[in-house]
Amino acid sequence: MDKLTTVEGRAYPFGMKNVDTDIVIPAHWLKTISRTGLGKGAFEVLRKEPGNVFDDPAYAGSPILIAGDNFGCGSSREHAAWALADLGIKVVIAPSFSDIFSGNAFKNGILTVVLPQAAVDRLMEVARTDPIHVDLDAQSVTTPFQDRFSFEIDPFRKHCLLGGLDEIGLTLGEADVIDRYEATQAQERPWIVPASAAAVA
Amino acid sequence: MVNPRTLYEKIWDAHVVERRPDGTCLIYIDRHLVHEVTSPQAFEGLRLAGRKVRRPDLTLAVPDHNLPTTPRRDAAGNRIPIADPQSAEQLVALERNAPEFGVRLIGDADREQGIVHVVGPEQGFTLPGTTLVCGDSHTSSHGALGALAFGIGTSEVEHVLATQTLLLKQSKTMEVVVEGELAPGVTPKDVALAICGAIGTAGGTGHVMEYRGSVFRDMSIEGRLTVANMSIEAGARSGLFAPDEKTFAYLKGRPMAPKGADWDAAVAYWRTLHSDEGAVFDKSVVIDAADIVPTVTWGTSPEDVVPITGAVPDPMSFADPSKQAAARKSLDYMGLTAGQRMQDVAIEHIFIGSCTNSRIEDLRAAAALLQGRHVAPGIKHAMVVPGSGLVKAQAEEEGLDRIFLDAGFEWREPGCSACLGMNPDKVPAGERCASTSNRNFMGRQGPGSRTHLVSPAMAAAAAITGRLTDVRELLVTKEGMVA
Ligand code: SF4
Repeated sequence: MDKLTTVEGRAYPFGMKNVDTDIVIPAHWLKTISRTGLGKGAFEVLRKEPGNVFDDPAYAGSPILIAGDNFGCGSSREHAAWALADLGIKVVIAPSFSDIFSGNAFKNGILTVVLPQAAVDRLMEVARTDPIHVDLDAQSVTTPFQDRFSFEIDPFRKHCLLGGLDEIGLTLGEADVIDRYEATQAQERPWIVPASAAAVA
Repeated sequence: MVNPRTLYEKIWDAHVVERRPDGTCLIYIDRHLVHEVTSPQAFEGLRLAGRKVRRPDLTLAVPDHNLPTTPRRDAAGNRIPIADPQSAEQLVALERNAPEFGVRLIGDADREQGIVHVVGPEQGFTLPGTTLVCGDSHTSSHGALGALAFGIGTSEVEHVLATQTLLLKQSKTMEVVVEGELAPGVTPKDVALAICGAIGTAGGTGHVMEYRGSVFRDMSIEGRLTVANMSIEAGARSGLFAPDEKTFAYLKGRPMAPKGADWDAAVAYWRTLHSDEGAVFDKSVVIDAADIVPTVTWGTSPEDVVPITGAVPDPMSFADPSKQAAARKSLDYMGLTAGQRMQDVAIEHIFIGSCTNSRIEDLRAAAALLQGRHVAPGIKHAMVVPGSGLVKAQAEEEGLDRIFLDAGFEWREPGCSACLGMNPDKVPAGERCASTSNRNFMGRQGPGSRTHLVSPAMAAAAAITGRLTDVRELLVTKEGMVA
């Protein structure tokens, strides 16, 4: 996973509310068995509409996406995060996110920034003409016009994003605690092993 | 004494492997269901990192999303080639990955194959008080049996495969209480849609729901599976039902359920799994059963519900300007106009299936209406896709397949099918489908498809008349049906 410290650049002033994962990446793109190449399918339906922000050359390659409330609702498909990552997006800013989406985004090195609606409105305005600066270490979003918005982030997520750390490796480092849990469980709830699996073993 | 706890808190506490200072917990996962769409990249990740599956015995793989619902094997047992090369690739990847990592696979040639969320409970893989995950948002279904079950993304699939744990923050709790008795013609699906309408698709965000009250206590396990399935449509990752005698009766003797002394010990433990007297929920929603009627969706979100006796709403009737804009867009997409009576909306396709409504009770409910009747001339295509091979076999034993076939339905092989149109079963652009699935998102059943979510009985009613129909009208005209 790449390290994420600061992100500076143009932002897609998207703003749509309740963007579900079918909008981010339609189901027929789910048929891949690899994680890359999904950017082509990102927002496919919206991109058929003339004048959409994603095909506006002014925003081409923007690393930041600004959206409305409840971004990423709908299915748990991680393809939504892969599609955004493949599109080159490193930060999504919105008033709220679906839990599953923000988890998936984080695991793929994308930072989700929750800001109040008024701040998001202001950033939408700035994004039309100017770049936006996101600083993960300082937990702030700034513009060339002295706007400065602070955001909260889970310290563990921050630590992982800043260091580009792989979560599985971190957890495997604690295998002994998991071993202990399993030993206790085998005592207290031996029936947890499925009957047919136990028969085979 | 410990403080009174909710059911969710009890299950959570029993699965904490380690608590971090910031409140994040390493949570043990007892059950992992794997299907072909969200697992290839996870197995690929394990292979690249030289990792193995920690507990293959707690993992079960079942293909469902891509399988064609037409026959899959020829008489010699060879696969009939799948037209879409990407669908075939995903299936083959699962068939390669499962044995390579020692995971049991219920494959397309097995009688037990079906939609993961139908297979899990049916096999007794899903148990009360367990934590159960799957790379699919409708994993919430398994909460019907009292499992803390939720959908995860592919990175988390990989994390569970490698470590049998997940790093999670405890959710808030929300009780959804429905008291009273459901009127004839009102089904668990209508209850689920009514909840989506009442709280909205973000209403449960950050919460685990618990379904409480007489309506849920009286509901069959299959009905509970329908309701729990749609928890995610109301924004909650999980929805729980406290296990009870019905749960135990449902599970007893299932192939993967505990046996003998293990069964007795398990039941004794399961009896402790309920929210304690005085346990506090962060949020509470109370709905009167008498207010729930047969329900349909008019828009492109599961919260866009209206009683079948109602009309398409005027976008201006919503207070929130963004909801007004969304409603206008939905109506445009759906080809509907404000004020139009729902019962006047003509339907071209009927889909009875999906993990929401493809179990035997669902098929019985639809067949009961269709017996001796035929689909209307305006219906271009009507199909039934049983949730699993076992459901299919059971239905055939009861003669339901004949009723469907005689009524003009197609009788298919089990899988996800037109619920999301990953396989060839799609609704053509601009055409309208009464569907028993759970999502009416734009393009969900195929690009440009228009979906109206309904119960199995309402889908059957729409098939008979060729338009969205109040099932109660057909119930009263057919003697002996209302009882
Ligand atoms: S039936 Fe539909 S909702 Fe259920 S798992 Fe399959 S695609 Fe998902």
